[in-house]
Amino acid sequence: MSIPSTFPQRLMAAPVGVLTRAESEALVSRALKFSRADAARVSVNSSRETNLRFADNQISTSGATTNTTIRVQSVFGKKKASVVTNDRTDEGLRRAVEHSEAMAKLAPEDPEYLGELGAQQYNRVTTWYDSTAELTADARAKAALTALAPARAGKELTVAGYIVCSASAQAIGSSAGLFAYQRSTSANYTLTARTNDGTGSGWAGVDHNDWTQLDHEAVAQHAIDKARRSRNPVAVEPGRYTVIFEPQATADLVSSLGGALQARAADEGRSAFSRPGGTKVGEKIMDERITLVSDPADPLIPASPFDGEGLPISRQTWIENGVLKQLAYTRFWANKQNRTPTGNASSLRMLGGTDTLASMIASTTRGVLVTRLFYLRPVDARTLVYTGLTRDGTFLIENGKIARSIKNFRFNDSPLFMLNNLEGIGASVRTAGGDGGPGVAMPTIKVRDFNFTSLSDAV
Amino acid sequence: MAIFVRSLSPRIMTTRRDFLKRGSATLGALAVGPSLLAANSPHAELAKAPGTVPLRVHALPPVYTDAATRELMMEALDAAKRYGASWADVRISRNRNNSVQTREQQVTDVVDTDTMGCGVRVLVEGCWGFCATQELTKPGVGAAAQEAVAIAKANRVAQDRRVTLAPAPAHPNATWRSAYTVDPFTIPIEQKADVLLRANAEALKVPSVRFVNSGLSFIKEERNYANTDGSVITQDYVRSWVTLSCTAISADRTQTAVRGPEVVQPAARGWEYVLGADIVTNAQKWGEEAAEKLTARSVDVGRYDLILHPSQLFLTIHESLAHPTELDRAMGYEANYAGTSFIAPPEKVLGQLKLGPPMMNLIGNRSEVGALATIGYDDDGVQPNDFHIVKDGMFNDYQTTREQAPWLDWWYKKNGQPSRSHGCSYAQSWADVAFQRMPNVSLQPGDKDVSWNDLIAATDKGIAMIGRSSYSIDQQRYNAQFGAQLCYEIKGGKIVGQLKDVAYQMRTPDFWNSLDMLGGQSSYEFGGTFNDGKGQPGQSNAVSHGCPPTRFRNVNVINTGRAS
Repeated sequence: MSIPSTFPQRLMAAPVGVLTRAESEALVSRALKFSRADAARVSVNSSRETNLRFADNQISTSGATTNTTIRVQSVFGKKKASVVTNDRTDEGLRRAVEHSEAMAKLAPEDPEYLGELGAQQYNRVTTWYDSTAELTADARAKAALTALAPARAGKELTVAGYIVCSASAQAIGSSAGLFAYQRSTSANYTLTARTNDGTGSGWAGVDHNDWTQLDHEAVAQHAIDKARRSRNPVAVEPGRYTVIFEPQATADLVSSLGGALQARAADEGRSAFSRPGGTKVGEKIMDERITLVSDPADPLIPASPFDGEGLPISRQTWIENGVLKQLAYTRFWANKQNRTPTGNASSLRMLGGTDTLASMIASTTRGVLVTRLFYLRPVDARTLVYTGLTRDGTFLIENGKIARSIKNFRFNDSPLFMLNNLEGIGASVRTAGGDGGPGVAMPTIKVRDFNFTSLSDAV
Repeated sequence: MAIFVRSLSPRIMTTRRDFLKRGSATLGALAVGPSLLAANSPHAELAKAPGTVPLRVHALPPVYTDAATRELMMEALDAAKRYGASWADVRISRNRNNSVQTREQQVTDVVDTDTMGCGVRVLVEGCWGFCATQELTKPGVGAAAQEAVAIAKANRVAQDRRVTLAPAPAHPNATWRSAYTVDPFTIPIEQKADVLLRANAEALKVPSVRFVNSGLSFIKEERNYANTDGSVITQDYVRSWVTLSCTAISADRTQTAVRGPEVVQPAARGWEYVLGADIVTNAQKWGEEAAEKLTARSVDVGRYDLILHPSQLFLTIHESLAHPTELDRAMGYEANYAGTSFIAPPEKVLGQLKLGPPMMNLIGNRSEVGALATIGYDDDGVQPNDFHIVKDGMFNDYQTTREQAPWLDWWYKKNGQPSRSHGCSYAQSWADVAFQRMPNVSLQPGDKDVSWNDLIAATDKGIAMIGRSSYSIDQQRYNAQFGAQLCYEIKGGKIVGQLKDVAYQMRTPDFWNSLDMLGGQSSYEFGGTFNDGKGQPGQSNAVSHGCPPTRFRNVNVINTGRAS
């Protein structure tokens, strides 16, 4: 890597936004130049995040934050340590490098350290849109008005919402010749409408890399409609129900599978995918209509084509037609087990089916329609049983129709059980519940025997 | 715009160079005096346990607002006013984190984070604007002030009501430091790793314990604050947390049991606190508790009297009482994220909602020594006060900031109290906007000297629960489900063995009204977390809850095991 003798002054001037590839590479090179370690890795994250919140029918807080952090990992043999700084001056970088080296020398060995990656080939993925990066405060305020204006005009609703946009660049370079760079934007809008009598609440959201793709009016309409329809909920006995999960609700519970797919935990005998003497890879563990993949190049939810070490990430199929195809391997565990590293099971997409929400409701004699889930926590790592609650629009379905709004339920159930009990599956859509985090694409699904364990009075 | 005053940055606060000198020095001995330990550590006697090294005192450097930082803060405030702000405040801080993580015999991660920057918050015609920058130069903070004003102005098109702030006295030259005696950032990394790896080795002596993860996390912040009322405040605080989890696995690999990782409560204390926790001596016991859980009896569902240890109860207080008494939540400000509150609207619940028996008193404070939310001045520049959230079982007050206190003028007037902020404004770093965050919210002990063992002896059919585990609560804080790391069956006033698959499901007002016995002052302990999430974008608040072990009658217990 070429190392410029002096770094352009303008990059250290205020205000600095998102660094270009050349600027990032220069910064990485400048830090590596100071390294005296056996190996070093420098990661640069530059970002500008803008946001606007509103609640109680008025704008509350809003702001903009710009920052660039530099993470230096220094390694001597198998001793390693990292320092993160946001001081981009030569002096600041030298201090970060020297400090990480001093700590690394004192640290015990990490026998799992495999050395730094050399130069890699990455797929091109488009995750950047100028429309998002250049968004103005005026545009955000105008977007908020699409919900604030109708709520104030009608006198029967109170809205609370959040608009968050980020523009960022991640760069990773190593002393072994690696350089990876990806810049991304994300735009996310979520809205909760509540009726002023306190009995109804509706939520809707939208998420895209491109701000111009967000339909704020549609979100307002959807949330307000749900708030009105969810008014005056009645109590229905908890128990096992046929449940239709809208895409956000599916995402809330199925996303928990991602973290559980680690090969190491399964091999160590402490995961839901362990079995006496091995793992469940190759076994049919859920309904054959379920296929779950991660693919950075997926145009619906594009993501960075490399992970935090600079490892290229390609499409991975975790579950195919209900069969557990493979688990997620880190570099170390893949090396030890003679496998290929996969990256984490993030940016999950469940492939869709041909059912529609309307057809799934029409085919239901008695069931529950769920908008989204809240406060999910694991209760048993071996079964992936989670607890949590329904929220912001829960309805009883009777004889093929939405009959009435019902009180929220607490559940204790597992995505593994749920996806075994599949009755229907719709088209996969990008969900918005992650507040601009990694994209998740899930369908509306219908399952039988879902376990609601108690009622909640919360609206 | 593009002028970079290179020489300013390194002079701000303690410089990174000073830090490096201290951080990498080979301190052969620990900087702790026995007398300091005795005065400040709840586990002082444990610090003398085998395996700890001799003690030596290093004085902490003085806390003051240095001239360069003060100048930058004044520039930010001046710029905000110049561009049109009616009120502004500024925070320039240095935020540091140190983390050492291990598993079994090896270190998995050593990370030191050190960032500095400036956040400017403004009011323009009653609209908020905020901007944060890492450019610690006059043009840098000036540009941030300008953008904060521009954002506030843009928001006026959607304005409905103006924000007004409760008056607060100015503190023109204030400093404060939290209750630590040894700065953990002066302890060499190998010493930290050594404590963890020795603890892991002790836990792994238990045959069925196959995996151990442990870690140390430290936070240190030098927080400088100034506002247009004339306050200039510098504060220095340290927070420490040591975690350890033991995973036991049955011989046939069908059962897994975990004790931890929250086996030691985090505290606003330093390295002396880590030593006091003595994880090396305790690790084997924690491992044995995990192993015993493998063969524990699965609980029978039904109603039990629960005796909740402070390490478990603190989280129930946090979720079911502390969150719903945040005034912004009650007013709908968190409706799109964490939710609203069953303790609302204020005019229908203040002085009217009975949350528990007359023996129940809950105090919001940022003053308890060593508790995580304790601070000298909040991020509105307010000196916090202690206040009764629940008084003799009745709901009495909300957590407030300067923006929120005026909303309750009528209530304070009715009670002959001044209308003032309780000092609950907080931002997790310079990069984040301040808003209402939880102070320490603590359940007061009972009048009698009742102990954990006394509560057990007084209970015929019950379950004693220790340590936080799975926890979930709805968006208005009515329906909650809490587990525990360790559950012990009580029969006839005695513990008869461990239970597994235990969780209690409760409706908040019913649960707190079932409280019938409180431990005494000597049984009062803190539980806490670094990671209380709130807001969009999400921010972490560190908060502690003091409480005694407490008994609740006839609570619904469910079985979370596989058969359920």
